[in-house]
Amino acid sequence: MSDTRYGRAITRALNDAMEADPSVIVMGEDIGAVGGPFGVTRGLQKSFGSERVRDTSISEAAIVGAAVGAAMTGLKPVVEIMFMDFTTFTMDALVNQAAKAHFMFGGQVSVPMVLRTPHGGGINAGPQHSQCLEAWFAHVPGLKLVCPSNPADAYGLMRAAIDDPNPVIFVENKAMYGTPGKLADDPEPVEIGKARRARAGSDVTLVAYGAMVAEAIAAAEVLSAEGVEAEVLDLRSLQPWDKDQVLASLSETHRMVIVHEAGVEFGIGAEIAAHVADAGFDELDAPVLRVGAPHMPVPFSRELEAEYRPNANKIADAVRRVMQ
Amino acid sequence: MRISGEVMTKKRNDKSDTDLLGLYRKMRVIREAETALSGLFANNEIPGFIHLSLGQEAVAAGVCDALRDGDTLASNHRGHGHALAQGVSLDQFFLELFGKDGGICRGRGGSMHIADMSVGMLGANGIVGGGLPIALGSALAHSIKKSDQVAVVFFGDGALGEGAVHEVMNLAALWNLPLLMVCENNGWSEFSRSSDQIRAEIGDLAKAFSIPFERVDGTKVRDVRSMTADLCDRLRTGQGPAILECLTVRWHGHYEGDPQKYRAEGDQETATSTDCVALERDSLIGDGFDAATLDALDAEVKAEVEAVVIAARNGASPSFATALGDVHRNTIGSHHV
Repeated sequence: MSDTRYGRAITRALNDAMEADPSVIVMGEDIGAVGGPFGVTRGLQKSFGSERVRDTSISEAAIVGAAVGAAMTGLKPVVEIMFMDFTTFTMDALVNQAAKAHFMFGGQVSVPMVLRTPHGGGINAGPQHSQCLEAWFAHVPGLKLVCPSNPADAYGLMRAAIDDPNPVIFVENKAMYGTPGKLADDPEPVEIGKARRARAGSDVTLVAYGAMVAEAIAAAEVLSAEGVEAEVLDLRSLQPWDKDQVLASLSETHRMVIVHEAGVEFGIGAEIAAHVADAGFDELDAPVLRVGAPHMPVPFSRELEAEYRPNANKIADAVRRVMQ
Repeated sequence: MRISGEVMTKKRNDKSDTDLLGLYRKMRVIREAETALSGLFANNEIPGFIHLSLGQEAVAAGVCDALRDGDTLASNHRGHGHALAQGVSLDQFFLELFGKDGGICRGRGGSMHIADMSVGMLGANGIVGGGLPIALGSALAHSIKKSDQVAVVFFGDGALGEGAVHEVMNLAALWNLPLLMVCENNGWSEFSRSSDQIRAEIGDLAKAFSIPFERVDGTKVRDVRSMTADLCDRLRTGQGPAILECLTVRWHGHYEGDPQKYRAEGDQETATSTDCVALERDSLIGDGFDAATLDALDAEVKAEVEAVVIAARNGASPSFATALGDVHRNTIGSHHV
């Protein structure tokens, strides 16, 4: 067991995957010599060379499309898109090509690629560098989607994403790169599709992912002092998501609040709430609530952004409502 | 680098008789298959919509005939000829167009998504310009694996308005990749004259990206073949990408059933007066092949297409449950070509 950070754990996962499999390549804008704007690929080019750790031009459509073609020709590309906001340029490659190739070509081929990209606010990066757009990808059949909340899961999910024969969108949280945590000496992949119980509790289930897991735990500590014990589930995978564990927790607590940094409207939480309202209807003692961002662009100023983002206070308030 | 404004007439005379007949046969198969499809579509037997490459057979046949096993190919929406010339089996091709379980894509893709990994055919594409980034990546894989394979992509002159096409030209040149970009210039961007949509000539774009460029008469299959072979020879020795423009003619509309009201009077007649299959047949006669041999070959291809159509029409329908269960690759298996 050693100390690491969220970003460093991803670096190690990329390093270990490249060591284990010569077909793994990494590419993106300024990811080689510079190591990426957040330093996640730092040192990889020195270890593996500029062929396999490849700096690209600022051409998101072509580099993600190239990852699709490279994956169909035997490589396992991991592409960095510097900010999730820039995935708008990659949509054809992901939605029309990568997601559909296996199905559309009758199962002849799959596209074993990973697209890494940071989402989220908290650093006043403004409307075009802060968005949480994961719901777009969750809506597309053929894509898998993960979003780790801590260094150990960041490592394990990255190894699993690279091993997966399907295209996986790996969403990082840019405010979390420095978040500390522990990593096993010989860490294992984390199975895609499995949630993790981050805190035990019997009164209400908080379902969260990414940076909101820590906020949910903070809210749970506040609520504990008020006599409410919240269970916190860290989804880890968003597509597929762990329906079984979410429903199992609901059957113990009978109340649920879903939390994400992304906008509430038409979001991941809406899907989970709808599923719970159907498959978990008999277990519910209160309406399922969602905590997320309001339906507006991510604002720039410190004060505006702070009010825009969900936090432990907003989560605790929602829990108090479902406990009434 | 050479920027050629002249239509090339270079000949490669190293083809044996068998090879020449094989090349002609490729064109003949495309011609018969698409002629049959035109009738079947009009008869409401083919679901969806189809884009025929009648008139352009020499480009598909000439380019694909110059490729080697292990080379990869990405195609576009007008891709029947590319698929058949690359070796997709005629019966699996027709089964797919009829939407049958035995189709090359199990009835899930149809005309615009014919792919066959066993022959390096990475797929037709319903998105204009969509094949270029995929071919770029395939060329990247060939390069990283240190093989001497090449990746080829077919696209139309109408695709030149797509931004990703320009990104691909830049990266292919920057990375010196074995990518042959074949522009089938039929003068049309779907329902418009390309000259009304695209300001740049592809040769000038090639020059802007420092990519070697050649232009051939795309109705002369031997010229297409020999130029492709020459360019691929360069690509295989690590000399970077190339762009080949093939001037050709589109006989039919953008899609089958297109009333083509945008086409000037007499334009279609002018286009169909250039028949690349007939031209090659004349060349073969000139080379000393007798007409009876060619008649027999033509009849054999026609009969083969007729038989395949009957079989495809009666093929089994795909299972919805099987399709629903195949959205992802469930086990780690051999995925690559």
